[in-house]
Amino acid sequence: MSRSLRFAYYPGCSGQGTSIEYDRSTRGICRALGIELVDIPDWSCCGSTPAHTVDHVLSAALSARNILQAESLKDVRGIITPCPSCLTNLKTAARRMRDADFKARVDSLLDAPCRNDLPVMSVLQVIYQELGPEAVKARVTSPLTGLKVAPYYGCIMNRPPEIMDFDDCENPIAMDRLMLAAGAEVMPFPLKVECCGASFGVARNEVVTRLSGKLLDAAACCGASAMVTACPLCQMNLDLRQGQINRANGSRHDLPIFYYTQLIGMALGLNGSDLMLDKLCVDPKTLLRHMRAAQSAAAS
Amino acid sequence: MNVINMKESYDAEFVRAVERESGQNVSLCYQCGNCTAGCPYTEFYDLPVSRIMRGLQAGQRDALLSCRSLWLCATCESCTTRCPNNIDVATIMDVLRHMARKAGKAPEPAVKTFCDAFLDSVRRHGRVFEMGLMTRYMARTGRFLSDVDLSLKVLPKRKLAMRPHDIVGKESIARIYERYDRKEGKQ
Repeated sequence: MSRSLRFAYYPGCSGQGTSIEYDRSTRGICRALGIELVDIPDWSCCGSTPAHTVDHVLSAALSARNILQAESLKDVRGIITPCPSCLTNLKTAARRMRDADFKARVDSLLDAPCRNDLPVMSVLQVIYQELGPEAVKARVTSPLTGLKVAPYYGCIMNRPPEIMDFDDCENPIAMDRLMLAAGAEVMPFPLKVECCGASFGVARNEVVTRLSGKLLDAAACCGASAMVTACPLCQMNLDLRQGQINRANGSRHDLPIFYYTQLIGMALGLNGSDLMLDKLCVDPKTLLRHMRAAQSAAAS
Repeated sequence: MNVINMKESYDAEFVRAVERESGQNVSLCYQCGNCTAGCPYTEFYDLPVSRIMRGLQAGQRDALLSCRSLWLCATCESCTTRCPNNIDVATIMDVLRHMARKAGKAPEPAVKTFCDAFLDSVRRHGRVFEMGLMTRYMARTGRFLSDVDLSLKVLPKRKLAMRPHDIVGKESIARIYERYDRKEGKQ
């Protein structure tokens, strides 16, 4: 396996729609950090949660088709994806297919059997483990000094540990350390791996307004002026639904919810089209203006 | 408190089937309650997850397959991560959901409709078409006003594609579904 940082990239469906800014900023910082992303040709949906709640073999087959497509790429070190839901599906499928009987059942649904030998990682894991916070820090040109963030990993980026095999399952620190490298102030946020209510926003809205409400309350209590996420669904619940949450709970939160890739991108000096900050529903402009104003006041 | 007559209602084949499909030994659960303590959904459940585990040991097929909790579990993996006996509780919840579906039970119809609409979207286009998914969901549930406030926020952001991103190999996805349906005897 080559040691270069060339990976098969699985963008995930939401990266083309509701989390387009996550996909764009992921591509932007990977380019800036020397990680080469080769899109998996003709990738398809992993089935997300609905597939595994219906059948494990069907779910694994939807993921395995993408693993198969990635196997056609030359000299890639593994498959990486920004989305924790895609990640968990790809990793769980790969793990279950180590069982020969299970793999035979999956292969029988595919056009061709997959080799199942490429490691699957999150983009966060690659940046954290292959480059490390120090290497990121060395490339920071525009540090986020004064920005107080609550890092929120979501429930499945690190759990269950036997499958996800990255960072700590109760108190992950990869994003905390990358935020520190970017110059931000990291607040001690105790609900890092609590669930945001997942996809129940549509069918059972009160589940999301309650669970995501707790997250916003806790982040505000910790003194954070923004949250930083690594999951499209968490980001959508906290950002797009923040108004619904405020109405349901009688709260008045106005917390911008960034993707960690947007904040790292900002620190690396990437431009607006790479970061797409204008796609966020809770407008971060005022917060960022205050941060830059405080920085120039401190510098003069 | 429900009193159950184990002689009459213990379903041994049900317990064996759950163990076979999940690869878990359900008798390892000693009711410490860690799964329930960490479960963010307990406040919405009719049966907390530790009671589902106990009911499973007692072979209570009908009570478990009809409970709403199965449909409200988000697979957040708290239970699996924190079980002191390394039982993959979230996978057991998944397996029970599969069985409930096959038994035609869906006490949370909106959740089932959302899942079905999602998988239909994947079947038709190869990738999820978010706008189409919401339209189908609303048409099937009659909830035309749900999330209208969000549409007003999202549309000006141009985050939602108006047309599906059909993939070149969408027939290969359709073939996965067709083979699956054939195996399940749906066709």
